[in-house]
Amino acid sequence: MSKYKSRLTTEEIEANFAEIDPKLSEAEALFEANKCLYCYDAPCTNACPTHIDVPSFIKKIASDNLRGSARVIFDANPIGGSCAHVCPVEVLCEGACVEKTLVEKPIQIARLQRYATDHAIDNSIDLFEIPESNGKTVGIVGSGPAGLSCAAYLSRLGYKVTVYEKREKAGGLDTYGMAEYKMTQQDSLDEVEMIERMGVEFRLNTVVNSGKQEGRSEGAQDGVSAAEQDRETAGKRDGETNLKPETRNLKPNEIDFTDLIDSHEAVFLSVGLGKTNDLGVPGEDLEGVLESLEFIEAVKSRNWNEVPLGDAVAVVGAGNTAVDVVTQAKRLGSPKVMMVYRRTRRDMSAFDYEYELAKSDAVEFVWQASPIEIVGNGKVEALRCKKNDGSEEIFDIPCDMVIKAIGQKKRTAFYDGAGIETDEKGRVVIDESMKTSLDKVFAGGDCVNGGAEAVDASQAGKKAASGIHRALFGEDIEFAGL
Amino acid sequence: MADLTTNFAGITSPNPFWLASAPPTNMGSMVERAFDAGWGGAVWKTLGEPIVNVSSRLAAIDDGNSRMIGLNNIELITDRSLEVNLKEIAECKKKYPDHTVIISLMVESKREAWHEIVKKSQDTGADGFELNFGCPHGMSERGMGAAMGQVPEYTCMVTEWVKEVSELPVIVKLTPNVTDIVPPARAAVKGGADALSLINTINSIIGVDIDTMIPYPNVNGMAAHGGYCGPAVKPIALNMVSELGRDGEVNVPISGIGGISDWRDAVEFLLLGSNNVQVCTAVMHYGYRIVEDMIDGLNNYLDDKGFKSVHDIIGKSVERVTDWGNLDLNYEVVARVNNENCVKCNLCYVACEDGAHQCFSFDKDGYPVVDEPECVGCNLCALVCPAPGAIAMERIDDGGEKRTWKEMTSEDA
Repeated sequence: MSKYKSRLTTEEIEANFAEIDPKLSEAEALFEANKCLYCYDAPCTNACPTHIDVPSFIKKIASDNLRGSARVIFDANPIGGSCAHVCPVEVLCEGACVEKTLVEKPIQIARLQRYATDHAIDNSIDLFEIPESNGKTVGIVGSGPAGLSCAAYLSRLGYKVTVYEKREKAGGLDTYGMAEYKMTQQDSLDEVEMIERMGVEFRLNTVVNSGKQEGRSEGAQDGVSAAEQDRETAGKRDGETNLKPETRNLKPNEIDFTDLIDSHEAVFLSVGLGKTNDLGVPGEDLEGVLESLEFIEAVKSRNWNEVPLGDAVAVVGAGNTAVDVVTQAKRLGSPKVMMVYRRTRRDMSAFDYEYELAKSDAVEFVWQASPIEIVGNGKVEALRCKKNDGSEEIFDIPCDMVIKAIGQKKRTAFYDGAGIETDEKGRVVIDESMKTSLDKVFAGGDCVNGGAEAVDASQAGKKAASGIHRALFGEDIEFAGL
Repeated sequence: MADLTTNFAGITSPNPFWLASAPPTNMGSMVERAFDAGWGGAVWKTLGEPIVNVSSRLAAIDDGNSRMIGLNNIELITDRSLEVNLKEIAECKKKYPDHTVIISLMVESKREAWHEIVKKSQDTGADGFELNFGCPHGMSERGMGAAMGQVPEYTCMVTEWVKEVSELPVIVKLTPNVTDIVPPARAAVKGGADALSLINTINSIIGVDIDTMIPYPNVNGMAAHGGYCGPAVKPIALNMVSELGRDGEVNVPISGIGGISDWRDAVEFLLLGSNNVQVCTAVMHYGYRIVEDMIDGLNNYLDDKGFKSVHDIIGKSVERVTDWGNLDLNYEVVARVNNENCVKCNLCYVACEDGAHQCFSFDKDGYPVVDEPECVGCNLCALVCPAPGAIAMERIDDGGEKRTWKEMTSEDA
């Protein structure tokens, strides 16, 4: 891919990828914190999926109690640092702040949150006392937002938590999937490290395999895989709890899911979603056709010259991920970036402010256009579309790169292999304690909700930790913001 | 344009805004700049035997994004020689004959010392004297300042000494560091004071550095109590001014001082019986320029209310201050919420719930609702409400016969 040369200098690209919301200075933070009304039963807190006590943490910033502030945040959301960077606050806390208010501009809750979480992260402050072991272990599959959150809460209850992660770095989408101008990989890894210090063990480069072959490999981004080879020993096993791969014909970095279940008192599945959906049109195998996450991940490396980039990039889709792709393609220096969407501006699922961001990055929009073919001779030359405005007109969008950003697949093969019930949309079915159809196995995050925000996954991890604890000790735990 | 000219104990000023005796009136060049900015008068930084000051001298308290709502200082009187000060006063007065220059004085408690400084000072062209019986720090340890003002007999005695030789009007500046402001005020009047000014600063320790554990302001690891001033002291000053306004024996003009930062503060002092006002902290914070809006705002206020002269509002509110026992127990107000202006911060709810009488609940749309029979009309909800027009205190009694505690207890007897 190194043949893709950016048209910008490294300095220019670095400038383009500078943080969109830089850290507040002390003076800014104090000024902003002192503006907060300190609402009671505050709308911002109610609007936060993890119900962080926003007025409380802001008041603590104003009183120069940054450690206390960070504790309020992480108490309700173990990935509160990441969320401060990437949360769609315009439709959550900050949106609620101005829903009915005196002023047009909300308190900059996200930036204040980051001011406090940075204090804890930068100073390696351990905010929570980790109790003696309670004698139980929990295995968590996938180290993304849901897994991290669940791990943090379980550690605080004395569980020995092991997180299994296929990738070489933990953090899931926080580490590999966030727009670089919002949050760097290091930001995510710093937060992971904080959770690691709580006694959580991360087994990286470790694939959890549910053992049943499926027609098509789902990839294994967050540490799950359907086996490439037929292993009909899926499902119930004979009490074998050995995790050594060689006993199961597994690759050295593979762990059998059933073994994993047997070796823990409970398992939390936070495996997220799979590969980006295909367009289902001819030409998808041409050189220059990419998946959105593949592209974003390449950006996250910050090896700018290694990132595949066309001179004319057509991005198919109009969700928030699609915006992340178009803006970053622009910021890398592609002169022409187009967002191609089958419906209209009004129908696009990206948040308004994300659309505005794309617009301000001079992205072009092609509305009401459904791709019917990717045209090219070995390499992409155009995206052929049909107009959805009633005209049925067929037209070509000249481009040398097509990036697919139309949502991700579910990890159906893994669930089938493991015998985990899913709904008609391929989402894992859970009960109110977050337990799946499998005994001892809980689930949460994108694999359950079909794809939402990191903050939603964090709340799911919290709920699951509570559900697991109730299942194992019969105790109801009141985590902050549960 | 209303007439802002004031006549204070025979001293005419272009407007009622004087600078108080303090750092902003330390020297001629400063006072001249102040007059250029529009100040009607200036009370010169207190003259006396030149002192040696410490470093540092000031400390403040902030509230949220408001800096310096209260200021405390341990600076003493002038550290410049009497001759230099008098020379500059004379020059200044010559350049600004229509502006008021008052000389603040403080010397040791000896008749000859007071006679001497008054005689030396009064041919400068200055318009009057202000006797500093209020400075609560440093000078009071030497038997001066508040040490005078806290003992009515001394206040009377020294005022008499000054009056024996003074050819100019004499203002006595009172200290608030007393349990009752009336006795020292009456004593000054008895001693012949032509006017009173109050309040001087209040004994205070502004705070402690919680890292070093040294109180502010730090003077090489130690601190001493200072004099407190600024917006936070205004209510204390207003009360003392009004007490003198209501006192039958204190029948001299009053110069109101204490936390005056804008024209509205000034109007309040005037309404409670001040004949003019003196300002310091707000100028130390923002500079002489603030007088422009003081004049402009007061002018507009007088015009809007139909007053021709600033004199017309002086003391207008004095008769509205009474003893608690005379207040009407039959008067009843309750809080009413206007949902249109409510921002649903719920501060009214929590304040009433934890700080008052638990009469708030919420309607189905989440708006606060007052249980009127339970509401005692305390105002707390309206005070904490950040949204203009969201909570109104409305009268619900029938406006019938008045009933007071004094009447009730006299009936019982």
